[in-house]
Amino acid sequence: MKRKSLKLALLGTTLMATSALAEDVTLTIESWRNDDLTLWQEKIIPAFEAANPGIKVNFTPSAPAEYNAVLNAKLEAGSAGDLITCRPFDTSLLLFENGNLADLSDLGAMDNFSDVAKSAWQNDDGSATFCVPMASVIHGFIYNKDAFAELGVDVPTTEDEFFAALEKFKEDGTYIPMAMGTNDQWEAATMGYQNIGPNYWKGEEGRLALISGEQSLTDPQWVAPYETIARWKDYLGDGFEAQTYPDSQNIFTLGRAAIYPAGSWEISGFNAQADFEMGAFKPPVRNAGDECYISDHTDIAMGLNAASENAEAARTFLDWMGTSEFATIYANALPGFFSLSSHDIAMEDPLAQEFVSWRNDCGSTIRSTYQILSRGTPNLENETWNAAAQVVKGAESPADAGARLQEGLASWYAPHQ
Amino acid sequence: MNRPRFRWHIVVFLAPAVLVYTAVMIFPLFNTLRLALYTEIDQSRVFVGLQNFQTLFFDPIWSEQFWNALGNNFWFFLIHMLVQNPIGIALAALLSHPRLRFSALYRSAIFIPTILSFVIVGFAWKLILSPIWGIAPSMLDAVGLKSLFAPWLGKEEYALTTLALISVWQFVGIPMMLIYAALLTIPEEILEAGEIDGITGASAFWKIKLPLILPSIGIISILTFVGNFNAFDLIYAAQGALAGPDFSTDILGTFMYRTFFGFQLQLGDPHMGSAIAGAMFAIILVGVCIYLFGIQTRMRRYQM
Repeated sequence: MKRKSLKLALLGTTLMATSALAEDVTLTIESWRNDDLTLWQEKIIPAFEAANPGIKVNFTPSAPAEYNAVLNAKLEAGSAGDLITCRPFDTSLLLFENGNLADLSDLGAMDNFSDVAKSAWQNDDGSATFCVPMASVIHGFIYNKDAFAELGVDVPTTEDEFFAALEKFKEDGTYIPMAMGTNDQWEAATMGYQNIGPNYWKGEEGRLALISGEQSLTDPQWVAPYETIARWKDYLGDGFEAQTYPDSQNIFTLGRAAIYPAGSWEISGFNAQADFEMGAFKPPVRNAGDECYISDHTDIAMGLNAASENAEAARTFLDWMGTSEFATIYANALPGFFSLSSHDIAMEDPLAQEFVSWRNDCGSTIRSTYQILSRGTPNLENETWNAAAQVVKGAESPADAGARLQEGLASWYAPHQ
Repeated sequence: MNRPRFRWHIVVFLAPAVLVYTAVMIFPLFNTLRLALYTEIDQSRVFVGLQNFQTLFFDPIWSEQFWNALGNNFWFFLIHMLVQNPIGIALAALLSHPRLRFSALYRSAIFIPTILSFVIVGFAWKLILSPIWGIAPSMLDAVGLKSLFAPWLGKEEYALTTLALISVWQFVGIPMMLIYAALLTIPEEILEAGEIDGITGASAFWKIKLPLILPSIGIISILTFVGNFNAFDLIYAAQGALAGPDFSTDILGTFMYRTFFGFQLQLGDPHMGSAIAGAMFAIILVGVCIYLFGIQTRMRRYQM
């Protein structure tokens, strides 16, 4: 009874809202990116509407932390928007399996994306793709150019040079060599382990071998990155154990630290905060001349609500999202979120250019724990946060951490049993 | 024969409260307990009896976390009992001293943190204790004790105790107010009678006032117990859902939250989460029963 009247009321408001533009189809987008509201309203939507008369688009984001819950509730009640912003991997896969997201494999725009780009929004055998990839974030290191010039330190390309540079900053004492803390745990795992790791496990090769069970987390290529981040300990600031992620950001942008292990999403924030010149370098390789690999992590995509009544118009929009026009607007408005499409896009931000240029010389991969491996209990991603933080603090040895993670993974994941 | 008329007005007057309480408290409670008896297999809900509890207590992956959280919870409670309540009683005793000036000011100042949000308290203390921006290191430096400073919230050995003390700072006003109220109800005649018998000052507190406020102390203990075992907010605000470092600040509330709602890549499991909530409920119920039947009924009350 209560529910019925609520539905009627909702229906009433929808009717009133739509009757005004009876001829136009209105698409509603669900998203967690409320930071991007103005970008959508002022740039993306006008560009689309100009090219596609008769379709109106509404961008209705909710808070990032609430997004999954809000979306699920809306989908259940049948009031969710036509287009749904997709989180990578299992969260979206679950929606697809429950029939909430439509299969988009036959969408023309899909040809503009590589298999790695699509992997985050496919079912396990890759037979169906259900979201159009939008953007990825790339890991690397951002450095303070002024500090490097002041001490005459060259940008490191190998690990030895990297530690030599850290040592030099430490001896000098003006700058904290590296801005990272372990309080929030994910920093050590994401900015540390997943940042430098691909060079050790050879990107996709190692990641896929881990999923298939051919490699294990106790293998040297999976333990060695822990040994390296354990050496970072001596170069972090005082009290790094209680240093949080915003602390690290502030230390670096205030010019107190020389190197910041980064994700490219920091670029726009750092551009606004820092008043010194910044540069970026990719994760140093272990020996000069080694093949390099980067974490080019698929982060955000757009899918179609299977219950949408405007599926035709929504598909038009999704097709448009695969064009270079969309990619150019998006990548330039949000430097650090790189388009996943194979179009060649001109970007203006020098830091963003630096990051994206690595795609040309290095193999791209995604974070090792994201696909399939974090499905069970214990959760490998959360365990990796914990292990990385413990290793950086020196509270656990790299070998022990590897053994513990492997034991946890093997306890539920058949290919490792 | 004249049967007594059914007194409808009682039902009518009780109904609103009973309905509201049932809808928002009793129904969710029993529904949560019911949810703990199910699990999800292939996207459909299956009844599994007590299997979730078996997993929780006997599967090493779960039980290790559960006992860790429970142990931390007891430590959290112990700190409150040993620090918050004695300080609260002492403050109340001082405040009720008739010759104390500005007592209203002290009373409000000590009580104010209680009305602050957990998020503000957690964030403010995180900043105060921050090794980078905090005032704690520079204050210790000013008195030459810089060597005593450590990044407390980031060290496994200290983090939980630090958080417990922050919580004590926030809530010490509650026992203080309750005891203060109890102390005010003690009639002057009793104290005067004691004075005539030569019991004054501190011994008046120990021999007359303390026995008279014992029931209030009992109530405070049980409130502290229930509050601490339901705690979640402060830990979540200060350390996040993973309750770092290395789960050293993980209590039942954060453990339940992580399991029920999921975290980062970990998907939520409402059934295991309900099992943890059920265990929390049982622990609190047992604690309250021990108090009600074991302690409160034996407590001597005095007619004043």
